[in-house]
Amino acid sequence: MATHRRIDVSKLGDVTIVRFLDKKILDEAGILELGAELFGLVELENRKSLLLNFAGVEFLSSAALGKLITLDRKVKSNKGRMKMSNIRPEILEVFQITKLNKIFDIRKDEAEAISAFA
Amino acid sequence: MPHRKPPTDQPAQQSEPGDAAEWRRELELPSERGASRLITEDLLEQLGVHGWSPSDIFAIHLAAEEAIVNAIVHGNKLDPGKVVRVACVVSPTVARIEVADEGSGFDPSSVPDCRLEDRLDAPNGRGVMLMRTFMTRIEYNASGNRVLMEKQRQPAEG
Repeated sequence: MATHRRIDVSKLGDVTIVRFLDKKILDEAGILELGAELFGLVELENRKSLLLNFAGVEFLSSAALGKLITLDRKVKSNKGRMKMSNIRPEILEVFQITKLNKIFDIRKDEAEAISAFA
Repeated sequence: MPHRKPPTDQPAQQSEPGDAAEWRRELELPSERGASRLITEDLLEQLGVHGWSPSDIFAIHLAAEEAIVNAIVHGNKLDPGKVVRVACVVSPTVARIEVADEGSGFDPSSVPDCRLEDRLDAPNGRGVMLMRTFMTRIEYNASGNRVLMEKQRQPAEG
């Protein structure tokens, strides 16, 4: 299994749970690395059910949004599913302003997201 | 007259909670990734000192970050021979950030609306829109290589 520096990866049943190690996702080099680690879960490890748990994430920039959009595309083209949870209100507002809440499946917490995979 | 510390070259640095003094800072950033933190750390601290709410601080941080990254990456194209000039003013009622690069500029009206159905999944093009939404006012100069953003504090509810 790959080593990760930007994310913590665990499994619950068939669902791969991703947690972010950075409180602020804004440094460009860090975002590139984050993207590579997230894409690897789909492209190298063929994980089909991804849950991104944003607990602890206080800030993310539009460059990070770009990585999430690309990840969502990769998951869908791999016939997988992706959900997000534990997003703080300010970041949720960013998703709403950019209408990304229309393409992302956003759930309140991890338990709700996990049950939505069933 | 109460005893006061002698003035320094950066009097605004002595601002304390409740102090109505403006904080001002101007500096040049190198055109390299991650350079925004040279100003945003102080900016965030000063917004807190001047009593801005966490959600306003998030909004101003996001707008500043997007503007500076745009200037470094799209404006100066990471050219080490060019700098990004940033000027900030923070008071209890207004936060103003000006970001200028040495690039050839762009036409902000040419950025497609990322909220259109066929653009929703495009990975780029959200920065300017977030800046517009989160700030009270944003203006570009005619050539499009300098942006002035301002947020006015909303009176507390209740």
